[in-house]
Amino acid sequence: MSLLELKNISKIYGGLKALDNVSLRIEKGEWIAIMGPSGSGKSTMMNIVGALDKPTSGEVIFDGRDISKESNKRLTELHRDKIGLVFQQFHLINYLNAVENVMVAQYYHSMPDEKEALEALERVGLAERARHLPSQLSGGEQQRVCIARALINSPELILADEPTGNLDEANENIVLEIFRQLHKEGTSLIVVTHDPEVGEEAQRIVRLEHGKVISDQKNELFKG
Amino acid sequence: MNKKRMMFIRMIAASLVRRRSRMIIALLSIVVGGTILSGLGMIYYDVPRQMSSQFRSYGANIIITPSKDSFIEDDDLLSGLSFFPQEELEGYTPYRYENTSVHNMPVTLAGIDFDSVQKTSPYWRINGGRPTSDGEALVGAKVAERLGISAGDDISAVNSFEVTDDMDISKIPDYEMYTSPDTGEQFCDHELSLKVTGILQTGGSEEEYIYVSLSDVADLALTDRGYDIVEVSVAATQDRLSSYIETINSNVFNISAKLVKRVTASESTVLTKLQSLVFIVTAVVLVLTMICVATTMTAVIAERRREIGLRKALGAYNSSIVGQFLTEGLVLGAIGGILGSILGYVFAQIVSQNVFGSSIMFRPVLIPITIAASVLVTGIACLIPIKSAVEVDPALVLKGE
Ligand SMILES: Nc1ncnc2c1ncn2[C@@H]1O[C@H](COP(=O)(O)OP(=O)(O)O)[C@@H](O)[C@H]1O
Ligand SMILES: [Mg+2]
Repeated sequence: MSLLELKNISKIYGGLKALDNVSLRIEKGEWIAIMGPSGSGKSTMMNIVGALDKPTSGEVIFDGRDISKESNKRLTELHRDKIGLVFQQFHLINYLNAVENVMVAQYYHSMPDEKEALEALERVGLAERARHLPSQLSGGEQQRVCIARALINSPELILADEPTGNLDEANENIVLEIFRQLHKEGTSLIVVTHDPEVGEEAQRIVRLEHGKVISDQKNELFKG
Repeated sequence: MNKKRMMFIRMIAASLVRRRSRMIIALLSIVVGGTILSGLGMIYYDVPRQMSSQFRSYGANIIITPSKDSFIEDDDLLSGLSFFPQEELEGYTPYRYENTSVHNMPVTLAGIDFDSVQKTSPYWRINGGRPTSDGEALVGAKVAERLGISAGDDISAVNSFEVTDDMDISKIPDYEMYTSPDTGEQFCDHELSLKVTGILQTGGSEEEYIYVSLSDVADLALTDRGYDIVEVSVAATQDRLSSYIETINSNVFNISAKLVKRVTASESTVLTKLQSLVFIVTAVVLVLTMICVATTMTAVIAERRREIGLRKALGAYNSSIVGQFLTEGLVLGAIGGILGSILGYVFAQIVSQNVFGSSIMFRPVLIPITIAASVLVTGIACLIPIKSAVEVDPALVLKGE
């Protein structure tokens, strides 16, 4: 059984088709890059997969259940429990320090545990910076806090929308190294990017244009 | 305490402490509201106390007049006054009036005791000084205006009387006799030199007189006689006053006591009006505080839309978003209430000192009331902003290129 299946998903804003009949199947443990020009519908797709948004039509099947039209909050939450979100803008809470930001994810998921949160920060190489506020951290460090927060609840799938869009080369490499690690451990990854170098790290590259999938190929350069 | 609750407290504390520059604006309006609420509350409670001592010190609530067309003699007065319990009798002032002329204009002179009049007419406002010895005068503002008298002037009051055969005018120290050209009657002028120490302002008929000591009036009139009227100040309820009056009137025949309705009866209406004024002002201030807090909270929540979206993306229920912001608001309300009730006491004290000239009684009950009201007002003020927080769409606020 696939981890996730999008069936004929469309998302229409006014007259604009941000997603136009997109179908996609993602297997457990797979690392997929979603690429495409700005405005092609990548973020819209990520929001639908991440249950932050609902499609206008079509089905989102996660672990065998259609969550797209499901108004049942519980189902949405179950789905969300299994997904970790990484944002281009990091979206850290500015008045909480690094470890507290990680603990917020635990708080809404199950039970905050500072020790575990510190371990997650250690994993992304930020043990020293656990007590710093976001404003005291560099962009790369903030993104690593964001990743630590995404993986704290051991999700099956990590959704990353332009995770390296605001980072320099060195930090981009650190983030990619973390992704490689996660992939090795069996976590599924969907990474939106328009940076070819980041895209080429994935096993599979899906290209979007005008809300349509224009290609979906295995990546020959994948080093995993 | 479980870890979830601890994390909740940690987040609220972090938000209040680390975002204090933002929170301070909301806090400030709550503190101002709380201060005015508790301050006015304290004044509201204290007004009856202040006013009754104020009204009691509004002096004369009983006047005694002669029952027949004569004067009040000392022994009648004293037996009348003996019906008041010693501790309730605050003071009494006998008045003796004589017609004289000053600067050739007719003026009524009132002989009083300047010490006791402070008890029966404490509301007298004197521009200048109060007479302290014989030969000094306090001039009513209307008279002063009419005759062009001001404090520090020397004036003389003249008593012109017809000389009759049985009169021994040689006793008069500085007499000046003349014969009326029309009637041929003999007149004698007797003069009293006075130093004006001050001008009296009351806004009432008291301004129509010149006040001097009782012995000066007797000197000028060349006769000893009783008083025209006696004002009495008694610290007692209306009912008791009425019963005293009844007793006096049925026991002492030469005098007649009656209640001065003017001040005592208006006491309760003034009180009610003052209290409802305080009440209205407090209500208005609370509404303004609410608007202020609502505005600030709206700004705070607009500024934190991303945070709210993120929390929702991490699985926060709406109820948990409401809980977070409401708690932040209520904690602010409580802190504001505590500060407000302390500052309110200071505020009430200052107002009381300036308006009533006496210190206010601290009412501990107003502390919990102020805190509860601040919390309630803040809670209500937060409702609409928090509703907009719940409506934040995470897909919208988290998406960014
Ligand atoms: N909330 C929205 N309302 C209206 N139009 C939207 C909204 N979100 C996205 N769009 C439009 O949908 C299209 C796809 O947007 P998006 O998924 O953000 O593209 P990408 O992430 O690939 O740059 C764009 O044309 C964008 O303007
Ligand atoms: Mg995008």
